[in-house]
Amino acid sequence: MIKKTYDAIIIGGGAAGLSAAWNVAKAGFSTAIIERENCLGGILNQCIHTGFGLHRFGKELSGPEYAEMDIDLVAANKVDSFINTTVFEIRSNGILKSVFASSAEGVTEFETRAVILSMGCRERNRGNLGIPGTRPSGIMTAGLAQRLLNIEGYLPGRKAVIIGSGDIGLIMARRLTWSGAIVMGVIEILPYPSGLARNIAQCLDDFEIPLYLGHTVSAINGKERVESVDVSPFKDGVPSLSGTFKIDCDTVLISAGLIPENELSVKAGVKLSNATGGPYVDSSMMTNVPGIFACGNVLHVHDLVDYVSEESENCGSAVVSYLSSDECSCTQGNISAGSNIKYIVPSKYRTGIPQKFYMRSLMPFENAMLTVKCADKILFERKLKYVRPPEMQSFTLTPEMTDGLNENSPEINVSLTEV
Amino acid sequence: MKKKLICIICPAGCTIETETDDADLVKVSGNKCPRGAEYARKELLSPERTVTAVVPSDSEVLPFIPVRTDKAISRNLVSQLLKTIYSIKVKTPVKRGSVLIENFQASGVNVIFSRSVKN
Repeated sequence: MIKKTYDAIIIGGGAAGLSAAWNVAKAGFSTAIIERENCLGGILNQCIHTGFGLHRFGKELSGPEYAEMDIDLVAANKVDSFINTTVFEIRSNGILKSVFASSAEGVTEFETRAVILSMGCRERNRGNLGIPGTRPSGIMTAGLAQRLLNIEGYLPGRKAVIIGSGDIGLIMARRLTWSGAIVMGVIEILPYPSGLARNIAQCLDDFEIPLYLGHTVSAINGKERVESVDVSPFKDGVPSLSGTFKIDCDTVLISAGLIPENELSVKAGVKLSNATGGPYVDSSMMTNVPGIFACGNVLHVHDLVDYVSEESENCGSAVVSYLSSDECSCTQGNISAGSNIKYIVPSKYRTGIPQKFYMRSLMPFENAMLTVKCADKILFERKLKYVRPPEMQSFTLTPEMTDGLNENSPEINVSLTEV
Repeated sequence: MKKKLICIICPAGCTIETETDDADLVKVSGNKCPRGAEYARKELLSPERTVTAVVPSDSEVLPFIPVRTDKAISRNLVSQLLKTIYSIKVKTPVKRGSVLIENFQASGVNVIFSRSVKN
């Protein structure tokens, strides 16, 4: 077995892994990225539409352009990268970790002090949704269709129905139309779209693609290839079959949410949160296993890559502190999700340093108040014009806000209320 | 004439109510920032969109290279532009940001490469 040694190993060379990697390497630590695809950049490479980088670079870039900015930084900071290499196990031997990876050269053991999990997420598929019907060809996730069109150059079908109104599905509706295919409709089980309003406008309305809200696909029909889908209104938690109608199509795309990809993490003993599907991390972005960190979509699904990069840069800096053993020794306190908050990441805070938190709301509110409290004491309040579940919210907890708290770091609670 | 629009400038996606007479926009409301009013004017009088696509190349590593317009282009020109892009075969290497099509149909809009490809 080949053996290599690094100060830090980053698993996954997408937006999160790239940002974390160059931030560790620029502090002088030997760093390597392990990537299973044949190039760095991750899912950004197939997201050829624009809208990336508005917060970070002040302009609207396409995915590949955004990725290349970080790939250049990774090269400039002398990060090693191993492409076409798949990690299959992480073992923890006290302070040292072994990351086992497989490539054309065989199995390599990477010995390291810090592991950053940045494997991203994967798409919910037909099996996850349990859509009834036959099993013809032509059924795929929206992300796979995106890869076929934008990287491989294949048109995945001529007449498509899209299940779920997530942003990837909406973007693909436009992309398919611009490639000469016809999109027959988008079927959303919820009474409101799960993608951004601007994507409904520019990806569906521009092409007069019908959006069926409060509807579900009750069957996929076809023998060799998809021939049609049955669409039923969704009432009181069940499909109302009496209102079923048929839509002819040869392709079904599924865009129904993302799941953090954590098989490796769980095998390494990392504890996951039910709310995010990703690991619990403390204020250093470290999981319950000392020396294993996590950032990006493997931690929680983000809606903007800009936030992924920001979070991963912070994770990189935390790993630098860990490797330099100059971590703040003060105790960490819990930060919990209060009313109308689905989750908050990280789940611990530390006094004395500024720290950024990311969260998602449970319900949409116009005019909301974000309140950060410790017992009855309000540490911080901010008015928000609106909160919506598809759009992540964030705030920075500064040393000034936690100044008056006692040394035991009591629990802090965060809530969103309608005003 | 009254019309409701959804602003596509930023993720806030404001619902904008507009009122036009003959040739000009006379009333805008619902936008939370001035960019919304500008969008509404353009959308009603001469709508524009950013176009992204992939262009075939001679590269074995990346046979299709992503490209985009460097600014929004008139919606009337979009299908013509896509046809033109699909008919090109690019010779590699190419550099991110370099121009594939200059000033398409005198629109002032260029098509640029979104990704660098060595060969």
